[in-house]
Amino acid sequence: MTTIAERNAKDHKSISVAEFFERNKHLLGFENDQKSLLTCVREAVDNALDACEDARILPSIYLELKQLDQNNFKLIIEDNGPGIVKKNIPNIFAKLLYGSKFNLKQSRGQQGIGISASVLYSQLTTGKPTKIYSKIGDGKTHIYELNINIKKNEPDIISEMTVEGDGHGTRIEMCIKGKYIRGKQSVEEYLMETAIMNPFASIVYINPEGKQFEYPRAIDILPKEAESIRPHPHGLELGVLMRLMKHTESKNLTGFFTTELSRVGRGNAVDICNRAGINPKTRPKRLSRDEIEKLLNALNTAKIAKPSTDCLSPVGEDAIKKGLKKEMNPEFIAVMSRPPTVYKGYPFQIEVGIGYGGDLSAEGPIAIMRFANKVPLLYQQSSCVIVKSVIKLGWKRYGLKQSNGSIPLGPIALTVHMASVWVPYTSEGKEAIAAYPEILKEVTLALQGAARKLGIYISKKRKSKEAEDRLRAFDIYAGELCVALSELTGEESQKIQTSLKQVVAEKVGDTKIVLHGKGMEIQNDDNDDGTDTATKPVSLNTENDNDADTRESGQTQPNTAMNENPQSRLDIFNNNKTKKATDTEETTE
Amino acid sequence: MKFESDEQVAKKITDMGKKVVADIFDGNAPSVSLPVRASSNVHYDKDKGLLYLGNSMSERNFLNFAHTRKFMQTMIIASKCKELIEKEKTASIRELYYELKHNIPGTKENTFEGQDESDPLIEDLETMTDSLREELHLKADSSGILFGKLVIEDTGDRIDCSKLGKSGLAIPSIVDDYKFLECDADYVLVVETKAMVDRLVEEKYHLKNNAILIGLGGQAARGARRLIKLLNERLRLPVYVFTDGDPWGYYIYSVVKTGSMNLAHESKRLATPECRFLGMTMKDIDNFSLQKVTEQLKDVDKKRVNQLLNYEWFQKLHWRKELKSMLNKGARIEQQALASKSLEFVANEYLPNKIARKEFLD
Repeated sequence: MTTIAERNAKDHKSISVAEFFERNKHLLGFENDQKSLLTCVREAVDNALDACEDARILPSIYLELKQLDQNNFKLIIEDNGPGIVKKNIPNIFAKLLYGSKFNLKQSRGQQGIGISASVLYSQLTTGKPTKIYSKIGDGKTHIYELNINIKKNEPDIISEMTVEGDGHGTRIEMCIKGKYIRGKQSVEEYLMETAIMNPFASIVYINPEGKQFEYPRAIDILPKEAESIRPHPHGLELGVLMRLMKHTESKNLTGFFTTELSRVGRGNAVDICNRAGINPKTRPKRLSRDEIEKLLNALNTAKIAKPSTDCLSPVGEDAIKKGLKKEMNPEFIAVMSRPPTVYKGYPFQIEVGIGYGGDLSAEGPIAIMRFANKVPLLYQQSSCVIVKSVIKLGWKRYGLKQSNGSIPLGPIALTVHMASVWVPYTSEGKEAIAAYPEILKEVTLALQGAARKLGIYISKKRKSKEAEDRLRAFDIYAGELCVALSELTGEESQKIQTSLKQVVAEKVGDTKIVLHGKGMEIQNDDNDDGTDTATKPVSLNTENDNDADTRESGQTQPNTAMNENPQSRLDIFNNNKTKKATDTEETTE
Repeated sequence: MKFESDEQVAKKITDMGKKVVADIFDGNAPSVSLPVRASSNVHYDKDKGLLYLGNSMSERNFLNFAHTRKFMQTMIIASKCKELIEKEKTASIRELYYELKHNIPGTKENTFEGQDESDPLIEDLETMTDSLREELHLKADSSGILFGKLVIEDTGDRIDCSKLGKSGLAIPSIVDDYKFLECDADYVLVVETKAMVDRLVEEKYHLKNNAILIGLGGQAARGARRLIKLLNERLRLPVYVFTDGDPWGYYIYSVVKTGSMNLAHESKRLATPECRFLGMTMKDIDNFSLQKVTEQLKDVDKKRVNQLLNYEWFQKLHWRKELKSMLNKGARIEQQALASKSLEFVANEYLPNKIARKEFLD
């Protein structure tokens, strides 16, 4: 006979992982079918991009969503990343919260809980295992079919095999419950925004309707590599400090502080201990919670140099420009990359891009695209520091319409990117960036910097329009004038007109005007602004010479983009892609 | 119609055109200069009691975007006036507008979008060529009517203005060619509103009092002003002006007496400095117990009073007192308020008594 408590404990254990997921799914991005589909795509794409960037490989990603039935989809993604070594595959994909790191590093992965959450979601909603293919360049392809052992939070290997295979990369296939939408907060929007902020990536996507979207690569240079740094005392939280102390190999506090935290010297360490009233020689593992709290207070307020900011990996002004150009085709782009700075001990950097006019719609409020570590944030727009500072900024002075307390109006696509080793979110949903004063200030400065350039362009454009009107006025009134003058004086009207044309041309500038003609042209040479890309077409990478406008081709040619790029040639997977109609299962056995 | 000045005026217009064409052939920006007609360039000659145009000149330049359209329009009007002179025709300014208005090829614009675009340019052309409107063979629309013991010869016809019933003589824009054959009148009474003229005609005021009645119907038109001037000059008739007791009425008096700002260049021909103001005055309100039939002074009225107080030609003490009294009372009084006494009051008592007692404002 077991006690109720014992039985409860047993029940408790058996449902722990599933229950954890069930209780937290709104925080993990799985609160409804539509968002769940997006979350799975996002985890997969972000992982692929992170893996490629870490390995310094220009990412080429192939993504496909197949509708299996009303509510179920098959997600296929493959990348040309470094692959995953065989022994790590099960843990990475089928163990929740695997591999927590103490080091801080700017990565997309921060944004989500990890791919294993998607695997669990897949398993809970469809009951099917997730299939992984991995090649690390050793001539082999490792194929796994994995579930999560919900009781133990351990990988449950359904099948495992190794076949021949050249190159490197990863392919994931999973079946998930979801709801496919287009438009706002859709997979397409996420991919388009991802393409803007990751113009060094080439992405091909086939949607459930079989339509192919190509997001070509616009720049051949990867952003600067993100380096990991140790936590800085100013941003430290109790839980992190306790975990650091539990795992450290340092024998005393001085050693602990100087090795596990950044910017703490011996002098600082002793000073911190003294202020906390704790012997610097104390063994970290022996400290009580109260003592750790005292140390934390001393750490948070210690006079310590700010963390090094060169650990960040910003996208860069040139890349943002190219990203905006290829995805939005605006007539003018202004960008502003702020120098890195620090909030609460965390280095961060703000980058702003503004696309204006061209293909952008002139109707309604401007489109605000928010990014954290190159990942688009699609939800909770209004509570985000980015939107708050956009609203606060007075856009009228830059030539836009804006009513008090609202988003300005105009044909504008605005991107705001926060790169940081630790992006602070307003909630666990990780969709809105918290309004720390330092961040608000930097976002505002970046917006101002870019908006100033935009304002100059808009005013130039307005002036050039005025000049055009002026010339047009000379043009249309000259004919009437010359007829009247001819009647007054008896001179030939045509002769007067020819002379007048010369006078206008000389006095009003080197502008070509046609009297009484429609083909008036203005040769304007005011392209002196270095940030002005309006008249300089950005040449896209030749290997991705696909016109962005014809992206939605309606045809399914999954091979073309991948084959043109040698890095993305994942031979074993190509089989599947060419035979799209056939079931991909057949290659696995 | 033909004028003595025709040849000279046609030459002035042609010379202006030739100057502009010469500018163009010389590679210069085509331009004309013209006197500034803004109030800043309108002055008051205290001795003569006339407004006149000062010496400030401005340039109208085709290459100045703000002038481009006006410049073209000015030349079109000039060319049309030359044509009218050569054809010996006289057009109304509205006819001129319609004759010149047409679509500019290749655009949705017209040469003139409204008569308000062409009228000021006609005045510009008058000052530019130092010509009168009639000399340009243009005329304003007829406005104003006349009754009284006066016989006129007009284009060979004899008109007895005492025998025009209740219709009267419609005063044309051009009256210089009138011949005054007989006159049995003692004075000219200029009346602001036509309704008041109707009242006086019904009372046979003009016949009983040997007066020539001229009804303006608001601001005095050129023709009426010129006619008043001619009656005063040629027939030596005194002129009395009878308007509403408000800033607008007082200004009508000042236009008849000293000229208008807009046509300051023609004051010599149009103004009658000898004329006197008869009413309504602020004093009338008290003298005739009209307090109950006044109208409240509105903001625009007050603003206008203050403008008048700033004009050089309103600086006579009695006029300042009059205007200030109006502000103090916060009231204005209409001519027709006299009907509160009786319909006949104005004709039988008010006007005859005032004239007999010489109760005028100068």
